[in-house]
Amino acid sequence: MSVVTEQKAVSVKPRGQEKIRFRLPSAAILGVLPFFAYVAILLVVPTLYLVVGAFQSQSGGFTIQNVTELLQSQYLNAYLTSVEVSGITAVVGALFGLFVAAAAISEGIPRWIRQLLSTFSGVAANFAGIPLAFAFIATLGLNGVATILLKDMGLDIYKMGFTLFSLAGLSITYIYFQLPLMILVILPTLDGLRKEWHEAAANLGASRLQFWLHIGLPILMPSFLASLVLLFGNAFSAYATPYALTSGYLNIVTVLIGSVLNGNVTASPQLGDALAFGMIVIVAATMFVYGILQRRAERWLRR
Amino acid sequence: MPPLWAIIWLVLGGLYFLVPLYATAQFSFETGSHGLGTSSYLSVLQSQDFIHDFVFSLELAVGTVLLSSALMVPTVYWINLHIPQVRRVVEFISILPLVVPPVALAVGVAHFFSFVPTLLTNPIILVLAYVIITLPFSYRSLDAGMRAINFKVLTEAAQSLGASWWRIMLFVILPNIAASVLASSFLIVTIVMGEYTFASLLLFNTFPVYIEYVGQTSAHGAATLALISFALTWLAILGIAWIGSRIGIKQPSTTIGAR
Repeated sequence: MSVVTEQKAVSVKPRGQEKIRFRLPSAAILGVLPFFAYVAILLVVPTLYLVVGAFQSQSGGFTIQNVTELLQSQYLNAYLTSVEVSGITAVVGALFGLFVAAAAISEGIPRWIRQLLSTFSGVAANFAGIPLAFAFIATLGLNGVATILLKDMGLDIYKMGFTLFSLAGLSITYIYFQLPLMILVILPTLDGLRKEWHEAAANLGASRLQFWLHIGLPILMPSFLASLVLLFGNAFSAYATPYALTSGYLNIVTVLIGSVLNGNVTASPQLGDALAFGMIVIVAATMFVYGILQRRAERWLRR
Repeated sequence: MPPLWAIIWLVLGGLYFLVPLYATAQFSFETGSHGLGTSSYLSVLQSQDFIHDFVFSLELAVGTVLLSSALMVPTVYWINLHIPQVRRVVEFISILPLVVPPVALAVGVAHFFSFVPTLLTNPIILVLAYVIITLPFSYRSLDAGMRAINFKVLTEAAQSLGASWWRIMLFVILPNIAASVLASSFLIVTIVMGEYTFASLLLFNTFPVYIEYVGQTSAHGAATLALISFALTWLAILGIAWIGSRIGIKQPSTTIGAR
């Protein structure tokens, strides 16, 4: 499962390694113990603790009540809103990113544009959280620069019912990090659509449409779907941006979990565990699908 | 001539990137109801709270870089040298932090470590957690760097000259993968300087927490801070790209999920 857009390095295994491997298996494993211990204490155990908490009653006994409580409208709505924002921004971000990336590598576009786009995407994909929320308040907030500009042009978006602190506003903001992420993950695949295939298909008499229908899209599809899933997970985990932008306006599951932990919402700690557990299940499923799709997609990467 | 559709999409993408930045910049230079000026920057940069929280975030970043390097460099070296068959296992473990969203991990950490309350109020807990959050990126960076050098020959040469394991680690391997360590450090600094979830939920006043606090009363002040934050990210990513082009290995520079 690759997170970043780099191809697998060719592994160079010196022959001698086999010997070492079988000589010292038990002693060698000691060298990675600190790493395993660290991850166990700071990631695995806290996560398991949370899972146990999700199935624990206030008095400590086993119960599934916390988890079934998630189906109550208030909690279910939080999940649904989160899924909705993540889904919308994944689809829009993926399509938008695909077109921009395809444009950057199309014939006649100078190479420096592609390089600039890559670097800028790297920055923008990392520019998220709290600063991003305020960047968009400066842009599309009630007194935002773009809002005022549109108003001067006779388009008063706030009078038309738009507000940044809504599902639409949050989605527009998320796309600021979804778009560059898509560009970064899809560029290598687009590079992999080899020019020779275009020529080969054309030589055999295929039209542009036939090329895309029978060669281009089938090759692109696993990669595109994998990116879509990655973008979904990316948006679903977001906490800081929705917190700063929509606290009190939109019921987002990450923000809700934060409020339960802080005691801003009256709910038992076990319910907080259950909410977090539900998130982990969704993200884990997302990443699992991503892994499968990515493996399929990698077959076509240029080696 | 490039095709028209390509130009249109590139312009649209460019606008999406640049308009919010332009707006943030304009917001940050606006003073009161009319006029432009740098008063917002002056008041921000002179604020004691800003300096305190910014320095605190920097300290956390340095702490995370040090702990992460101390843990990951020997681990990556050891795995590649002695037990390459567990590489896949470690690779899998290294992406696990992406499966547990930061807000969920914060809940788990807060509940689990509640038996040592002093730890939860000590900034050390943030450093400990940030090593986990940055693991998917630091591991990939270091592993790519390690595999690009001939660590086996280097090790054998050093051993034949009688160097101890620690000596090899510090004076042979580390200098050879310094570029990767540096690139991974830049990425860690970027993540830590922007990390809000853990810091706010565990009630620490870091730089992003300060931005949020300022934003509650002043959108202009927050825009100023957002722009400073953007400039930092920009510098770090440019640094990573520069290192990557110097050593010829593409360094991972994209983070997901840690926001």
